Amino acid sequence: MPSKINHKARKLSRREFLIKLSTAVAASAACGAAAMVFRSSEPVLRRSSKIYTFKNYRIETSAALPKLAVVHGHDADKMIRAAVDKLGGIGEFIKSGDKVLIKPNVGWDRQPELAANTNPDVVAAVVRLCIEARAAAVWVTDVSINDPYRSFARSGIEAAVLKAGGKVKFTTENDFLDTDLKGELLKVWPVAAFYHQVDKVINIPIVKNHSLSKCTLAMKNWYGVLGGQRNRLHQDINVSIADLAAAIRPTLTIMDATRVLKKNGPTGGSLSDVAAGDTIIAGVDEVAIDAYCLSFLDLKVDVVPFIQMAQQRGVGTADWRSLSPSKFTV
Amino acid sequence: MKTPKKFITLLNVRRVYSVFFFALFLVLLYMADFRHLKGYETPLFLELDPLVGVAAFFTSLTVYKGLALSLLIIIPTIFFGRFFCSWVCPFGILNQWISHIFNKRRAADDYKTNAYRASYRIKYYILAALLVLALFGALQIGLFDPIALLTRSFAVGIFPAANYISGGIYIKQPLFIGGVLIAMIFLAILIANRFITRFWCRVLCPLGAFLGVLSMVSILRIRRDVDKCTDCQKCLRYCHGGCEPHGQLRYSECHLCMTCIEECPEGAIHYGLSGDTSSVHLPVDVNRRRLIETVIGAAVLLPMMRSSVNGMNLPQSALIRPPGSIEEEDFLRRCIKCGQCMRVCPTNVLQPALLEGGFEGLWTPILQNKIGYCEHNCVLCGHVCPTGAIVPLTVEKKIGKKPDIKPTKIGTAFYDRGRCLPWAMNIECIVCEEVCPISPKAIWFKEEELILRDGTVRILKRPIVDTQLCDGCGICENKCPVHDKPAIRVTSIGETRSRANRMTLKG
Repeated sequence: MPSKINHKARKLSRREFLIKLSTAVAASAACGAAAMVFRSSEPVLRRSSKIYTFKNYRIETSAALPKLAVVHGHDADKMIRAAVDKLGGIGEFIKSGDKVLIKPNVGWDRQPELAANTNPDVVAAVVRLCIEARAAAVWVTDVSINDPYRSFARSGIEAAVLKAGGKVKFTTENDFLDTDLKGELLKVWPVAAFYHQVDKVINIPIVKNHSLSKCTLAMKNWYGVLGGQRNRLHQDINVSIADLAAAIRPTLTIMDATRVLKKNGPTGGSLSDVAAGDTIIAGVDEVAIDAYCLSFLDLKVDVVPFIQMAQQRGVGTADWRSLSPSKFTV
Repeated sequence: MKTPKKFITLLNVRRVYSVFFFALFLVLLYMADFRHLKGYETPLFLELDPLVGVAAFFTSLTVYKGLALSLLIIIPTIFFGRFFCSWVCPFGILNQWISHIFNKRRAADDYKTNAYRASYRIKYYILAALLVLALFGALQIGLFDPIALLTRSFAVGIFPAANYISGGIYIKQPLFIGGVLIAMIFLAILIANRFITRFWCRVLCPLGAFLGVLSMVSILRIRRDVDKCTDCQKCLRYCHGGCEPHGQLRYSECHLCMTCIEECPEGAIHYGLSGDTSSVHLPVDVNRRRLIETVIGAAVLLPMMRSSVNGMNLPQSALIRPPGSIEEEDFLRRCIKCGQCMRVCPTNVLQPALLEGGFEGLWTPILQNKIGYCEHNCVLCGHVCPTGAIVPLTVEKKIGKKPDIKPTKIGTAFYDRGRCLPWAMNIECIVCEEVCPISPKAIWFKEEELILRDGTVRILKRPIVDTQLCDGCGICENKCPVHDKPAIRVTSIGETRSRANRMTLKG
C-alpha cells in the first residue's frame, strides 16, 4: 500500500543540480579554509596587549631658582602659593594647555581632621594653581584602599576639587593599563590609565606614620597608582617604594604637613594620633622632601632604607640641606 | 455617529499610575547607594507592602517604623478592593507588561487564557502557610512576597548584570553568591506569563491573596448590569485578574484594571455601588479541606525547622551578621530577605546566605569578607532595612566612643598561622595591621629574631590580634595577600548582639 503522506519531491533540473552541487563544494571549501586559517598550536587565541611605560613628567627649571621650599603657616592656600612662587611660580611647571593629574593620598574613608588623607584645602589650592596656569584639564585621582566613593567624599577632597574647578577621576576595574615599571622587583603592573593620558603629574602626599616602612611620604604615595594585587608589595616594601619612585618622575611634589599622623598609621582613626605640622614643603626632589619630613615623625634617614635606595638609584638626594631650602612663614 | 473616544477614563488613569509606580520603584532602588541615598525613603515599597507589615507584626508583635505605611494600602483595599496589584505593585505591573508582549494571540485564545482556573486557589494556600509560620515566629514571607522578591532580584541579579553589560553603574563589578539562582527564579516567573497571563499574580502571589481576602467587604467594585449585557464576553479578553467579569465576578481576583469597562460595547460595566440590575459576585474560592491541610502542614514544618541545626540553637562561625543586627532569633523574626542592605553596601560584603544559618536563614544577609569588608564608618545597611532586622546605628554607636560607648562587634579575627606569610614563611607582610581601622589598632605585632634556612638571621614582624579591640570588620581578611583562603579570618564569635556566642570572660 503506498504511503498516505504522499507529497512528491520535484525532480532536479540540470541547472538546479549544478547550483546545489557547487554550493556544497563552496561550503566545504570555506570550512576547510577556515580550519587552515585558525589552525594553531595554542589552545586559546592569545591577544598581545600593549605594555605602557611612564613618560617623564619632569621639566628642567632654571638653575638659579631654589629647589626646595619649606613654608610654615596656617592658611593652606597662601602657603602653597608662596612655596610654589619660591620655586619659580606655577608657570615654570604647568604650561597653558597642559593636562595635569594630581595625586593626593585618598586611601581611607576618614574625615580630614584625622590626617589619614591629604588635607582637602591643600588639594583645592593646587587645583586652583593649575587652573590659573591655564591647564586644559585638572584631574585628581587615587586608587583608594577603602571604598573610593566614600574615601573621596568623607576626606572632603571630592567637594573641594569640584569647587576649585577640577575633576575627580575614579578608577574602575577597566581603567588600568599594563605598565612596565622596569624596577628591580616591580616589572609589569596595572597602572591607572590617567597617568598615560596627561602631560604633568603633581604628587601631594601627607606625612604619616607606617609600621612597616616607618613612614608614608611622597615616594610611598605612588602605591596609589597601582591596581592588581598590590598588597603583595609589603613583602619587600623598601625595594617596592624605590622601584615606584624610580619609575614615576612627577613634575612637582607638594608635601602636606599641615597635619601629621604621628602614630597608628597609615589609617589613624583618633584625634590623639594627629599632631599639627602647619608646614608645606614643595620641590622637585622627592627624596629630599621625604628626608626632610622624617623630622615630623622623629625618624632618622638611616632607619628608613627606601630613602637610601632611592638616592642610589639617582631619584634624588637624601641630603636635603645641600639643596639650601628656603624656609619662611606666611 | 461614533462618539469621540474619551481619554480621561479610569483605565488610562490606572495606566499612568502603573508607569509612575514602576518607575518610582526603579528610581528608589537605584538611589539606594552611598552616592544617592540622602534621606530618601528607599525601602518605600517594602513599607507599603501589607503582607510584610502583617507578617512581621505576627512574628514580633510590633509595627516597626515605616511599616505603618502599609495602612495606606490596607485601608483603601477594604473600601475599594484589590487595586494594589495593577495600580501600584511594580511586580504586578511588570508581569502585566511582559504578558502583553508575550501574548499576541487570537481573541479566542485570549478568552481562554483569561478564564478562571482552579489553580488560582494556590495563592491562598501559600498565604495561609506563610501566615501560620509567622504566627509561630518564623518569618518566611520574604520568599514569596512580590516586593521582597522583586527588590532582591533587582539588587542581587538585575543591577549587577546591567553593570556587567554596561560597565558603568558601579566602580567595582558587584558579585553575589548564588545571584544567578535568584535571577533565574525571577526570569522563570516572567517567562511563566507566556503560558498563563500574570501567572505570578493569579496563581502564586500571597500578597494578592491577602488583598483579595481584605476586599471581601469592599463596597465599590466592578459591576455588570445584567439587563444591558448581551453575553458577548468582550470584557474577558484583556482581563488582568482572570476574575470572570462576564459572569459572577470573583471580586477577590479582580485587580480593578478597568479594561472591562472600556471593552464593553454595551456600557454595561461600571465601577461603583451595585444597582438594581447588577450581577451577584462570587466569594473567595478556597477549598476548606485543602486549607486545613496547608495549615497543619505549616504547623508541622515549624518544629522540624527549629529542631535542625541553625544559627539560633548553635552559634555558626560563618554567620556574621551586619552591624546593628538584632539577636539571631529576633533577626529571623524580622528579616524578609529583600536585599536592600546588599544593594546599599558599598563594599559588596553583604551577601545572600545559603545554609550558613540553617534553612530559615536562606538569602538573609551575611558578611563574606573575601568579597568585601565592613567599612569602618559605614552604617547604611541599618538605615535602609525596612523591618528593623538591622537597626539603624549612628557611626559613634558602631565604632564606639571612649569612654562610654562600646563599639558594635560583629565577630572576631583569628590568624591561621600555617598560612600567614610572617608566621609560616618568614616573609614580611602585615598588610592586615596596615589596614586595621581601629585606633589603637586591633592588630599588633611582635618583632622576632629568626634564623632562616641558610643560617642568616632576620628580624620579622609577626602579627597578633587583640581580640578585645577587634570588632570583626574583616578588612584584614579582605586585604590579606593569601587570597583564596586568607591567613586571617573573621568568625562570628564575640558578636555584640548575641549572649550565647562568646568566648572570653571579659566579653
